[in-house]
Amino acid sequence: MAPALINVPKKAKRGEIIEIKTLMSHIMETGYRHTSTGEVVPRDIITSFTCRYNGAEIFRADLFPAIAANPFITFFTVATESGTFDFEWIGDKGFSESASAAITVE
Amino acid sequence: MQQHEKSTRRRFLGLAGSAVALGAVPIVSLRPAEATPAMLATAIRNVVGSAVVRTGKVKLDIPPLVENGNTVPMTVSVTSPMTPEDFVKSIHVFNEKNPQPNIGNFYLGPRAGRAQVSTRIRLADSQKIVAIARMSDGSFWSATADVVVTLAACTEEVI
Repeated sequence: MAPALINVPKKAKRGEIIEIKTLMSHIMETGYRHTSTGEVVPRDIITSFTCRYNGAEIFRADLFPAIAANPFITFFTVATESGTFDFEWIGDKGFSESASAAITVE
Repeated sequence: MQQHEKSTRRRFLGLAGSAVALGAVPIVSLRPAEATPAMLATAIRNVVGSAVVRTGKVKLDIPPLVENGNTVPMTVSVTSPMTPEDFVKSIHVFNEKNPQPNIGNFYLGPRAGRAQVSTRIRLADSQKIVAIARMSDGSFWSATADVVVTLAACTEEVI
């Protein structure tokens, strides 16, 4: 499985409000769990998610350990022009993933 | 005879008591730190500053009874025209009893069209969830929801 799952409509009418669904595979280890020997399992989470529409940031999120594993985030935007959505996830231990999706606006 | 029996029982109870006391210390220290309502209030103050947070405009959709706290679907929507003059700048979600009071901060703008965000969260206990929206005019609006959790998340042991 690709690490990212993105759902963006392929086509939209100009001015239409579209829903964007994103999912990134990640353990989102909270840093509050212990092993059976009592050691703390170190935190390993995605801390930031950004979505850009033709280069301009339209949505951003700060994530905390209270976000469930494999962060699933959905939000909305107005389809203004044909182009690309770029998604970026940044996290602990140098985690960095990106994905993109194209849209045709008529 | 009577005297002897009493003293052994006393000694036994004394020993048992100290054993319990010794045992109690690690149990207490192993308990995970919980975000207290005071921490929740501080986390909210860090976002809103001294502004007044009014109830309304925000809708927090979360199941009232959750079997598994590891993944709880949550949707926050805010009533707003989402025009360049009047829009939602950000949505902040907090909890009362997880180890940390923050759940997520979501930054949107007039280009969102609709002020609505969904995600899946973790809940370590039955508790109150607070969603706060920052509007473009600087006002803050909030909604709260109580969730009962059967199986807690976050702090369980790794097997």
